[in-house]
Amino acid sequence: MGLLSLLWLAPVVGMVVILLAPRRWSRAIALLATLVSLGVALAIGVGFQTQSGGLQFVERAAWIPAFHIEYFLGVDGLSVALVLLTAVISVIGVIASWRIEEESHRSGTEKSYFFLYLLLVAGMLGFFIAQDLILFYVFFELTLLPMYFLIGYWGGPRREYAAIKFFLYTLFGSVFMLVAILALYFLSGPAGARTFAIPELAAKNLPVWVLNWLWLGFYLGFAIKVPIFPFHTWLPDAHVEAPTPISVILAGILLKMGTYGLARINLQVLGDASEGWWRFLAVLGVVNIIYGAFCAMAQLDMKKLVAYSSIGHMGFVLLGIAARTPEGVNGAIFQMVSHGLLSGMLFLIVGVVYVRAHHRFIVYPEDPALLQLYGVDPSKAGQKGFGGLATVMPVYTFLMAVAFFGSLGLPGLSGFVGEFLSLLGAWKTYPLYALVSVIGVVIGAAYFLWTIQRMFLGQPNPGGERLARRSSPRAAGVGSAGAPGGPAWGDAPLGAGPLAGNGLELGGRSGDVDPLGDAVSRREKPRWGRRPVSETSKVWRPFCRS
Amino acid sequence: MVADDGLAWFFKLVILGTALLTCLVSIRSPEVFDAFRGEFFVLVVFAALGMVLMAGAANLLMLYLAMETASLSSYVLAGFLSGQSRSAEASFKYVIYGAVASGVMLFGLSLLFGIGGTLDLAELPAALAGASPLAVVLALLFVLAGLGYKLASVPFHMWSPDVYEGAPLPVTAFLSVASKAGAFALTLRFFDEAFGDRAIALATQWPLLLALISLLTMTIGNLAAIGQRNMKRLLAYSSIAHGGYLLMGVVALANPAVRAEAMAAVGFYFVAYLFMNLGAFYVVQHLAEPERLNSEMIADYAGLLRRSPFLAVALSIFLFSLIGIPPFAGFWAKLYLFEAFVRAGLEAEGIAGGRHLWLVVAALLNTAISLYYYLYVVKTMCFDSAVEDRPVRAHPAFVGLMLVLLIPTFVLGLLWSREELGVPVVQVEASASLSSSVSPTLGTPFRR
Repeated sequence: MGLLSLLWLAPVVGMVVILLAPRRWSRAIALLATLVSLGVALAIGVGFQTQSGGLQFVERAAWIPAFHIEYFLGVDGLSVALVLLTAVISVIGVIASWRIEEESHRSGTEKSYFFLYLLLVAGMLGFFIAQDLILFYVFFELTLLPMYFLIGYWGGPRREYAAIKFFLYTLFGSVFMLVAILALYFLSGPAGARTFAIPELAAKNLPVWVLNWLWLGFYLGFAIKVPIFPFHTWLPDAHVEAPTPISVILAGILLKMGTYGLARINLQVLGDASEGWWRFLAVLGVVNIIYGAFCAMAQLDMKKLVAYSSIGHMGFVLLGIAARTPEGVNGAIFQMVSHGLLSGMLFLIVGVVYVRAHHRFIVYPEDPALLQLYGVDPSKAGQKGFGGLATVMPVYTFLMAVAFFGSLGLPGLSGFVGEFLSLLGAWKTYPLYALVSVIGVVIGAAYFLWTIQRMFLGQPNPGGERLARRSSPRAAGVGSAGAPGGPAWGDAPLGAGPLAGNGLELGGRSGDVDPLGDAVSRREKPRWGRRPVSETSKVWRPFCRS
Repeated sequence: MVADDGLAWFFKLVILGTALLTCLVSIRSPEVFDAFRGEFFVLVVFAALGMVLMAGAANLLMLYLAMETASLSSYVLAGFLSGQSRSAEASFKYVIYGAVASGVMLFGLSLLFGIGGTLDLAELPAALAGASPLAVVLALLFVLAGLGYKLASVPFHMWSPDVYEGAPLPVTAFLSVASKAGAFALTLRFFDEAFGDRAIALATQWPLLLALISLLTMTIGNLAAIGQRNMKRLLAYSSIAHGGYLLMGVVALANPAVRAEAMAAVGFYFVAYLFMNLGAFYVVQHLAEPERLNSEMIADYAGLLRRSPFLAVALSIFLFSLIGIPPFAGFWAKLYLFEAFVRAGLEAEGIAGGRHLWLVVAALLNTAISLYYYLYVVKTMCFDSAVEDRPVRAHPAFVGLMLVLLIPTFVLGLLWSREELGVPVVQVEASASLSSSVSPTLGTPFRR
């Protein structure tokens, strides 16, 4: 058994052990299993030959010979970056889940939580290394089941709605993907010479009209996962309702499954589809950037802000992939990794204030009607929100600032590298779109800085000290996930051609100390009603109010 | 009279396996047990005999007699709880629908006999070659009424939810798998041998007709299932929808090059369906027993995960498999079925080959629709809070039975390919593809 099998089988073995072991051991086993995966991922990362293109660590065996379905694993530059990201984030996720029972008021559920968590991790790792389309699809779908339960059982007040929306949306998209997979198989050659293997499919020359239809099928599957406008509406719901560690996984890795799929299938296999499709993808990338940024600006709920900012940041990935230049594709990959680390950090940061203040409002709504709109008990009106947190929680503020500045693309932090490279690549192909999407960067800076201003600067609100009192060194470790990534990109062999040998080096380091650890005492149940919040009214309300 | 080939052999195994499991669970079923009479088992065996004959029937008369044998026993089985009006209603509806459908079918069969002058399915293509297409289409439509009734396909599906709801649960489970398996074996053979000829397919356009029926069956079955609040009715509609997917396998027969593959795909689907559908029905039956939930309503399943983790997880797995989510058997069954269908469509020459690729998209969209109602049950069991906290204990013997059904649901698709399961059907493939390339008109290589 090779390293790649070990990579995704380690969590599976962990699942079995969790089932057999006493309940209190579950989280330790989960941590161990993800650490083993991380170790294997690091071994793969170290052993990976950055200068050579093509697949490495290949494992290939017949699985269902009648249909040429193979057990075919392998990594190239694209995969290896995301495998490392997944392995890192899944360890962070376990640590952030350490007290999941208390935090979600679900006592005695550790065992099933970590069982499902490891299933999710196995699915994600397998997805990034699968080189056979059926295997690829199986792993893709395998992440749905645990995610459904993790959101639906351990999530917030509207968790069931969010979970089923997530499941339905993704399955709806993957249905078209399955049609495209079958069609690709039958078109790959005469009977007997057909294959599901991605590298061999990429070498085939299919007529453009066929490629175009296949492109659409795969696009629908991945667009919902990314999500690309207008399929994005499940994301804010899922993010807001999911428990913090699952939000981290969702933003950090699950979204990358969509963009990875676009790069792996739509670009590598169907790259010769009509120019129109790529232009279409680029336009939607721009829409994602601008629309996501504007939506994020209008949010009062921090988790929604981060969710919409994710939509915006994924737009840069789309733009980079659509450009099909070495810079663009490398930028897209870098942006995936950078966003995976940064968004995880952002959600952990939000989690810290949420467990202390029991709300996540950037500005606490004074209008009782607005509170009601958010489903908060109107009697809580007049409560003071955050403000001046910088004076009461300096260390936390520093970490937050790193994450925010990384996300808004400050040079020296990893967000800048990804965005800059994507834009640079896009400039060659679509100068106009690159120009327009710069607006998104500006708006991004605006909402992050505005949030800092409203929450962290100024005078502390009365009662703000109680947040500080609960502060402790443990909270200081939210993680320096978005650490400087500047030097890394110079090494990337940009001329190597898309996907062939982008020997990536990860710029981000990841800290992974339990952010929520100390804050669980005296936690009360959040008083959020079940009433759905109307999307439009919430978007425009802040503008009307001031 | 009766064919003894891979198709028959395979479906006989499915039918007899279902009958065996039915007898096993009936021993403990209070519904049957309270009214314990030996004739229950006799009736199950007789019904199984009829279905086994259906699977092998290669003659119009044999086909009809086999269907009647299966039906008559099924009527009595559906009304076995003679004291209950629900059961009596089920039986009554079943009889009325069945009588009308088989009457119409008999008329269709006599038309075929009148046109062709032969009762042998294998001789029909030659006999029908010169006949007026209108007469053949008319006969075919009449026959389809009877087949559609047995397959519970739209528009002859109305009886199925009421019968499934009213009949004792072991009988419902038995009918949903075995009766369907017999009917599908019959339908496959009928269309393959009697109408597999390209000229007849072109003249009668039966692939298009069946494709439309398949579309309506799966869509109506799935949409109607969404509103159900009774677990048995939900599974009844789900069973209708699965019948719709399976009809795609029959449509694929229109392309002679793919016929063996299509049959094998339907066969594999039935193996998967046996495990997952019987599993779901048996969990429902176990929960409906008085010392457990004493209810078949989905609402009463609330919080089942807390009260009986084993039963809740088992039912969830069966339902996920019915949706067709990997890695469960239901996914592979669907994959093979769609694969055969797509291949039939892509490699077809002309419309008669069944280039109805839109049906795959429709079927996959239907899968997404079906997710909603299956997940509703899962959601109720796992997320909703229980009305009472009294634990629900599964009988140890039942746990064993569940494992027998659960393990194949898990590993069926992962470990065995369709070929390895459908060995006899695939033996046909080699000869079928050989002879069909020589003379695609006469489809008898299916015989051993």
